[in-house]
Amino acid sequence: MTITGAEALVKALEMQGVKVVFGYPGGAILPVYRALKDSSIEHILPRSEQAAAHAASGYARTNHTVGVCMATSGPGATNLVTGIATAYMDSIPMVAITGQVSTAMVGTDAFQEVDTKGITLPITKHNYLITNTDDIPRIVKEAFHIAKTGRPGPVVIDIPKNIAEAPCKAKLDPPLDLPGYKPTYKGHPSQIKNAVNLIEQAKRPVLYIGGGIINAQAEPLLVQFAEKQQIPVVSTLMGIGVMDANHPLYLGMLGLHGWPAANMAVNNCDLLLCMGARFDDRATGSVPGFAPNATVVHIDIDPAEIGKNAPSQVPIVGDIHMILTELLHKMEACDRSGWLKELEPYRAMRDKVYPQDEDPNKLTARAVMQAISRITEGKAIMTTDVGQHQMTAAQFYEIQKPGRFISSGGLGTMGYGLSAAVGAQMAAPNDLVICITGDGSFQMNMAELATAKEQRLPIKVILFNNNCLALVRQLQDTYCDAEYYGVFMPGNPDFIQLAKAYDMATYRLTENKNMEETLREALSNDKLTLVECVISEEDMIFPYIRNGESINQMVMAEEEMKNRAKRKK
Amino acid sequence: MRHTLSVLVENRTGVLARVAGLFGRRGYNIESLAVGTTERPEISRMTIIVDGDNNVIEQVMKQLHKLVEVIKINDLTGEEYVNRELILIKVTASTEQRAEIMQIVDIFRARIVDISGKSLIIEATGDPKKISALVEALRPFGIKEVVRTAEIAIVRGSQLKLD
Repeated sequence: MTITGAEALVKALEMQGVKVVFGYPGGAILPVYRALKDSSIEHILPRSEQAAAHAASGYARTNHTVGVCMATSGPGATNLVTGIATAYMDSIPMVAITGQVSTAMVGTDAFQEVDTKGITLPITKHNYLITNTDDIPRIVKEAFHIAKTGRPGPVVIDIPKNIAEAPCKAKLDPPLDLPGYKPTYKGHPSQIKNAVNLIEQAKRPVLYIGGGIINAQAEPLLVQFAEKQQIPVVSTLMGIGVMDANHPLYLGMLGLHGWPAANMAVNNCDLLLCMGARFDDRATGSVPGFAPNATVVHIDIDPAEIGKNAPSQVPIVGDIHMILTELLHKMEACDRSGWLKELEPYRAMRDKVYPQDEDPNKLTARAVMQAISRITEGKAIMTTDVGQHQMTAAQFYEIQKPGRFISSGGLGTMGYGLSAAVGAQMAAPNDLVICITGDGSFQMNMAELATAKEQRLPIKVILFNNNCLALVRQLQDTYCDAEYYGVFMPGNPDFIQLAKAYDMATYRLTENKNMEETLREALSNDKLTLVECVISEEDMIFPYIRNGESINQMVMAEEEMKNRAKRKK
Repeated sequence: MRHTLSVLVENRTGVLARVAGLFGRRGYNIESLAVGTTERPEISRMTIIVDGDNNVIEQVMKQLHKLVEVIKINDLTGEEYVNRELILIKVTASTEQRAEIMQIVDIFRARIVDISGKSLIIEATGDPKKISALVEALRPFGIKEVVRTAEIAIVRGSQLKLD
């Protein structure tokens, strides 16, 4: 019995173990939806294609699997683009399937036609436009293999309608043949030896870790390695969750809004061990001023990351899981109490980062995040949007389980949080999923409340509302002489009324009093829940590094107040 | 410094766009690019001339390697290799000038491939310096049109393997 291309596609997805597809139907992808109906795959219908891609990302990150999203041609595909780019920047394994107009119509500006392959070329690990129905099983197999191996990333499969409708005679499980795709897994022995020597000699080493550790599922090995070598650990936004936030060797997030201990450890170190991170500008500040006295060992699975943003003396290309195993095997335990003691005063600086003289009853995002840490014991799955709340979550959520901080790091995509929470809760139905968001980000994909309602997902949305794009306001404060423009949102809806329209449990916090009790009740709710936290638009994220400065030049609350006083004079 | 990269790619639609797009969006300066099939029909060779310091060239090669359809990259710059361009030049030539032009053509081991009343078409192959020298030698006669290919290159002696 012959099957259609669409049926072959869906069968190939089943063979890849796909359980859930986040998709939005339309004309060009009609045949695929027909085949999907008869399959074992569950289809989730978000309220926009962008949300479908973010949900697939949240699902992939929670389940350590390939997330799958689907859209029709034209606007369906272009709406996916932001989600695909988000996944690309954060190295999230994803396969996006898009419908396309029939091959005879391609290039004619047909209805809902867009050059999906061309548009997604720079934001995918690889992409396909299928031109022969018999290629479908091979392409699906390749796409999943490419998406999840090496440095993970999104792969797009664009399938014209007539190709999906035509009979497919090819075998469903063809052999993989990718002569140009051979990721390096085993680190070079002599470079590993060099790294071992450097670590043994180092007096003040620092581990600078990123999302690569999570992608390799090497969190326990990293912790073991840090403990055995007594090396303090700083993390990028993407690496949050690798280390228990309360681990004595953990110094927190580094970078433009990093903790003093993390930034100063990097500044003072003599050996920087970069693992699965990429010297992103938000982490490094000025590159010449980043770890200025250190020898750099850079370990990454992507050779192109080595030497791209910052030079390194010992590059090791390979799978961090294998390399850490080798390092653990090759190295003796070590004592570095002197170096760790040297860092203690910087840890204490943490108390001076934010204003100290505020009204104790004033509600702040950081107090809410600290309360959430206590209530959840750091075990919740946390998704965030992008803005001040994201930095607050990164700084104050004391995560205790790896891979549970789901945030858009590289692209900084507002609208990611709630959609990713839908994916995360689908992947982990019995876990507490919290979406930390702000009024700006929330409104970008607010319609996902309907998806959550439909699927009965008990997501807890913590909405920090200051009727303002406060991180942009903060930038205008620093760089535009406090000439605020285009950042206020006086037209915001009554979010509580809005949430009620979706049958949500709702809570509103305006002061510190009873804050923790209210949160405790909200988080133990088994319903889709909104907690609106009304905060001040004037609150800022500290510390911050001015453009072009090094990460040891942190502006903290006290200095900021002095600067302001000067400005007023 | 100018580098000559010999890149083996899968012979599929869209590969050229992928490679050319990469140069554009990463801000690399591509001087010339030639594509053609190899002794194996499923594989094409691109000869890419790119200008940049060692860091830039290293990034170019690494980024090219990341493309799934790129099989192998060789930087020929440090090696012994033969490189050639092909040029077609239409030059103004009155009957009196023809002898002089033919002399130049002989010196450069070029060929005259078409003659009309007022012009000649000259075909030449050679390394880029020779081709440029020929163009300069013919310029005084009045060059009407030049069509020049990108450079192709091959390593002397032992052959580059495809796998």
